[in-house]
Parts: sequence; structure tokens; C-alpha cells
Amino acid sequence: MEGIAQTQAAQRPGGMEGFVADWSSDQRAFKNVSWGKAMMWIFLLSDTFVFGCFLLSYMTVRMSTRVPWPNPSEVFALEIFGTHMPLILIAIMTFVLITSSGTMAMAVNCGYRRDRGRTAILLVVTALLGATFVGMQAFEWTKLIHEGVRPWGNPWGAEQFGSAFFMITGFHGTHVTIGVIFLLIVARKVWRGDYDDGRPGFFTSRGGRYEIVEITGLYWHFVDLVWVFIFALFYLW
Amino acid sequence: MAHAAKVGDAHGGHGAAARASVAHEEGQQHPIRLYLVVWVWLFILSTFSYLVDFFHLQGMLRWSLILLFMMLKAGLIVAVFMHMKWERLALGYAILVPPLAVLIFVAIMVLEADHTLLSRLQFFSPNPN
Repeated sequence: MEGIAQTQAAQRPGGMEGFVADWSSDQRAFKNVSWGKAMMWIFLLSDTFVFGCFLLSYMTVRMSTRVPWPNPSEVFALEIFGTHMPLILIAIMTFVLITSSGTMAMAVNCGYRRDRGRTAILLVVTALLGATFVGMQAFEWTKLIHEGVRPWGNPWGAEQFGSAFFMITGFHGTHVTIGVIFLLIVARKVWRGDYDDGRPGFFTSRGGRYEIVEITGLYWHFVDLVWVFIFALFYLW
Repeated sequence: MAHAAKVGDAHGGHGAAARASVAHEEGQQHPIRLYLVVWVWLFILSTFSYLVDFFHLQGMLRWSLILLFMMLKAGLIVAVFMHMKWERLALGYAILVPPLAVLIFVAIMVLEADHTLLSRLQFFSPNPN
């Protein structure tokens, strides 16, 4: 037994190659979960901490200022057909993002049923809804900047409002934008049949498979998840 | 498990049977109806949270309703849309337990913010008594 173990140890590569091989050799903590999916989850965990810290610093500056905080309900109100609607744009953005999460879930489902056409269409619809969200956010930023909101001040109250707003929504908007780009790339691959014939990706050179749709979906649902927290803690608080 | 995954990865170009078995083993397949039900609930909960603001609810009622709807929505998205409900506990704990550390951070920063506010009130008030 010892002899066999020694032979096996001797056969293993040395140096850096051996270091990588040892750390990646069939030791699998997350059964049923592929490497790609586990890595996406771990990335999302780290991103949770990033957004957690943003929301945390927002809470800290808001709690510690003596100056009244601007009322988000009024700041983000719009006049629609002569009616004053508090927070209406944010509500619409929330519904758009939730709808895109729904179409994403459908796309994952169709992907695993190997329904190539429907998967691609649902992914494109998800990307379009995401782009709509970013567009409305750009409108919101433009409106606020015209009204004089800056990272260092605003006409209504505590100066920290602007920096917290631009930082949090800007970082979230960047995530949505990256998500839209990835959705379009994956949609193209699905449409071309990469995941049916296992065509390798240009970057990873691993065979294409429909699980990639689910992994992209994890990222997209996470973006929606973060918005749930931003909506509650920044806009409604 | 590892073997099946290797088959899927290494022989990507080979027959669909190998990949189909991987998809069966690692993929998540659930009825569309479930997704639609969750989708509708997310809409309902979002509407509720908007109405909290629309009707100008204030005080403890406002905070508790906002946080309740937030946690329900987050739970539905993670459990069903992200399939965490069907993953093994090893993954669930690895991903969902660490964010609890953020709550401790929140507690620390609440104390810190209170201290800062008290200092500001004491030293920067226009009319110190």
C-alpha cells in the first residue's frame, strides 16, 4: 500500500504545475454543482460584501448627520399627465427589473429543455428590459443633476445624499450594464447552437453547455436582488 | 460526481448523451408554473412596498413593513429563481452564512454613527447650552 502511494506521489507533477494540480485534484466540496456555478456563487458572495459596505456607509452618514435628509419620496417624484406621483419612476424601474428576472428564469428553464429558439428570444428580452432599466436610470441621473444634486451637495438637505446616491445607484447600474452585455453574448451563442454542439468558448476554450445560461442567470438574479435592497433601504427609508 | 463532470467537460464535442446526463445531474429543472407564481408574488410584494410610501405610513409600522417585504422578495429570488432551495446544504451555508457578518458590521456602525451624532450635537450646535 505504502509503495503504491509513493509511486502515485512520485507521478504527480512538481513545481507550480504540481501546486495547481494538488489544489484542484478531484477534491470537490460542492457535489452536484459544477466548477463554473460554484465560482459564480463565490463571486456573488464577494459582491454582496461590496454592496453591503456601500449600504452600510450610507446608513452611517445618514444616521450621523445633524442636517435633515432629503425626502426620497419627493426627490424622485414625477409629474405624469398633471398628476403628482411620488417615487413613480423608481417603482416602474423595480417592475421592469423584476419582469426581466422572470424572463431570465424562463430562459434557464427553456435552456435545460434544449429549446434553442425560445431560450435565445427570452435572453434577448431580458437584455432589452435591462437596457430599459439603465435608460431610466440615466434619465433619473440627468434630472437630478439638472436640479443641482452633486456628490458634495444638493438643494434639499444633507450633503451626503448625493454621494451615497451616485455611488450606490452608479455601481448597481454598472452591474446591470455588464449583465446586459453578457446576456447578449450568451443569447448569440445559444442562437448559433454553441451549447448544442459543445463549441468551445473563445476565452475559456471549455465546451459550451446550457449550464452557462443558468450561471448567467445567477448573476442577473443577483442584480435584481441588490435592487430589492437598494429600493427598500435607499428609496423607501 | 467528479467523473461525470469530467466527461461533460473533456468530451464537449462528443455525443449529447454524456452532456444530457450532466445536465440531468447538475442542471435545475422545475415546472414553469412555479416561476410564474413567484414572479406574481414579487410583483405583489413590490406593489405593497410602493404603497407603504404612497400612503405615507410612518414610524415603526413603515420600517417593519419595508424590511418584511424586502426580506420576502430577497428570499423568493434566492430560493426559487437562483435555485438555492434545491442545492445541497454545503453550498447554501457557504454562501448564505457569511453575509450575516454584515449584520454585526451594521451593529458596530450604528454605535459609531450615534457617537458621531452626539459629538456633533455637543460641539457644533448653533446654540450650545
